[in-house]
Amino acid sequence: METYTALVLLLAATVRVATPLILAALGGLFSERAGVVDLGLEGKMLGAAFAAASVSAVTGSAWLGLAAGIGTAVFLALLIAIACVTYRGNQVVAAMAINIMVSGLAPSLGLAWFNLGGQTPQLERPGQRFAEIQWPWAKAAEHTRGLGFAYAQIVSGHSVLVYAAALLVPVVSWVVYRTRFGLRLRAVGENPQAVDTAGISVTALRYEASLISGVFCGIAGTYLSIAASAGFVRDMTAGKGYLALAALIFGKWRPYPTLAACLLFAFTDALAARLQGVALPGVGVVPVQFVQALPYVLTVLLLAGFVGEAIAPRAIGTPYSKEK
Amino acid sequence: MRMSGRLPAWVEYGLLPVLNLLAALLLSGVVVRIMGESPWAALKLMAAGAFGAQDSIGYTLFYSTNFIFTGLAVAVAYHAGLFNIGGEGQAYLGGLGAGLVGLACGGWPTWVVLPLGIAAAAAFGAGWAFVPAWLQARRGSHIVITTIMFNFIASALMTYLLVNVLINPGQQSPETRAFGPHASMPAVSDLLARLGITYAPSPLNVSTLLALAACFLVWVLIWKTPWGFAVRTAGRNPSAAVYAGISPARATIQAMLVSGALAGCLGVNELLGSQHRIVLDFPEGAGFVGIAVALMGRNHPAGIIVSALLFGALYQGGSQISFDMPRINRDMVVVIQGLVIVFCGALENMFRAPIAALFARARPPAAAPGGSPAVTPSR
Repeated sequence: METYTALVLLLAATVRVATPLILAALGGLFSERAGVVDLGLEGKMLGAAFAAASVSAVTGSAWLGLAAGIGTAVFLALLIAIACVTYRGNQVVAAMAINIMVSGLAPSLGLAWFNLGGQTPQLERPGQRFAEIQWPWAKAAEHTRGLGFAYAQIVSGHSVLVYAAALLVPVVSWVVYRTRFGLRLRAVGENPQAVDTAGISVTALRYEASLISGVFCGIAGTYLSIAASAGFVRDMTAGKGYLALAALIFGKWRPYPTLAACLLFAFTDALAARLQGVALPGVGVVPVQFVQALPYVLTVLLLAGFVGEAIAPRAIGTPYSKEK
Repeated sequence: MRMSGRLPAWVEYGLLPVLNLLAALLLSGVVVRIMGESPWAALKLMAAGAFGAQDSIGYTLFYSTNFIFTGLAVAVAYHAGLFNIGGEGQAYLGGLGAGLVGLACGGWPTWVVLPLGIAAAAAFGAGWAFVPAWLQARRGSHIVITTIMFNFIASALMTYLLVNVLINPGQQSPETRAFGPHASMPAVSDLLARLGITYAPSPLNVSTLLALAACFLVWVLIWKTPWGFAVRTAGRNPSAAVYAGISPARATIQAMLVSGALAGCLGVNELLGSQHRIVLDFPEGAGFVGIAVALMGRNHPAGIIVSALLFGALYQGGSQISFDMPRINRDMVVVIQGLVIVFCGALENMFRAPIAALFARARPPAAAPGGSPAVTPSR
């Protein structure tokens, strides 16, 4: 029974860790499918996390925080799009520039505004955070054993953003594979010349995709600072943006496999937290760092073609110019 | 990243970088103003913090040395058409190499230990760059992604080693014992003292000379040897390189080995020169500063020295400024660093295009800039 309890708690933690990864990876799916490398996930998430926590701290409204988070991430996405699509700059350089700038700007502004060493104030009043939603009968089921406990821990008891992330997976899948926009999106990442010849603007499509990625990163960052925790701390994303990108690659740029990769990576993360200092029978203490490095190692192995094959959208990383 | 090679050298290597830097500083000034401080006063404080005293100059040059190594690392990869974001991890592993020599052979004669330490730092850095390089060359894995992943793997590996293996027993913080007495790059203040000159102590050590030597060697290697020609050709146009009998795959791997070795040398300056033990996360983002340094220095060693000096001053000045302006700290320097990458890298066409147009108008049409297609290291 103890193993069962541990497993349920582990899966519940997996859901919480996976949420920002899923949101960011789905955002990245749009821009990468349109042919724009999305290394900027990290910076957009971090900027959104800071903006959401700041606005929520000042106004006392989590929803205004969410709006600020999305607004900030979309603004950053716009900056990257201007540099990459309009000025045809190097996409990797532009994204790294934004990531580095935000990692300095967020604690700088935090220090100047709140004078708490770069953090935002603790969000304690009700309504400042996205509270956990208790599903019907979850309270009663919490003390039962078996499925009731799993229901209370895994299905119930998350913030609204977690359920939003779960709902967005089928929505994204539908948009990408079943709508006209999705068809054009996939085409522009593979063969922008063909899209251009058909009289559709490559520039507009890539801007749209980048901005959608901004919206998703905005929700992801907001989740980090005002749903999963109670305020912004320095370097809050801690590489989650790159991990989401790895999950996107691991999922071969498709929504459901990406979801699976996010859950896998989140599971290893939750497992690493649980395994800290625990001796496993027959194995001994597994170093936490090995489990933490696992997603990165797996992604490298996949990219190397040793575990399956990851084929990127063909036009990814190349700025499009009509003249050529 | 080059729109046309026809701009005069003083524009290409002087005016454009200065304009880009000014734009970055101007925007940073706006940020400082938003934070409620005077940008001009902040700039003066930073300059004073970086150059105002003997020891602050020492610190500035010490940081610059780190940035020369990582900037050169980015530049060498750039010439091979590669974007090496893995400088951070390569520097971290390079420090492991230098540190292991310091721990194991610290009692040996100095003239043996120090070359050994430098060689180990370079070898470990190169080794860490080898896997992504090989994967790019032979399996087509995107080197930007793999080097990022290797940064995280390096971080996990080093944390594991420092927490579980190399930690000094009976100690809380994850760091090794101090190196042996001879595994220490001579400090500049000590050397000057021997000549009878008193200079305030600072971490500045002879690694700075090593960095300058590396600049010269990179210049020779890239522009004056057949190897450099092969690397640059493969970077510019891989299919042309094949017709010239150059293997782009081999150029990729070799350039990345040199790049990783250069990044690894940061460990010499930081650990053998200053910390004298392996500590957690000692590169402190210097690998990423290297991107800004290389972009601003136009991937040329001379430019890299200048921009590394600038960033060294920013880092030293930025850590001093918080004493007088409590609302500003070193994070502000990271903002400037990001903005420099924006203007020198991502938005460089913004200034270049109008200036190129200006020159085209000023000169007869025959000398107008030709529209040779941009070559970007976006593999």
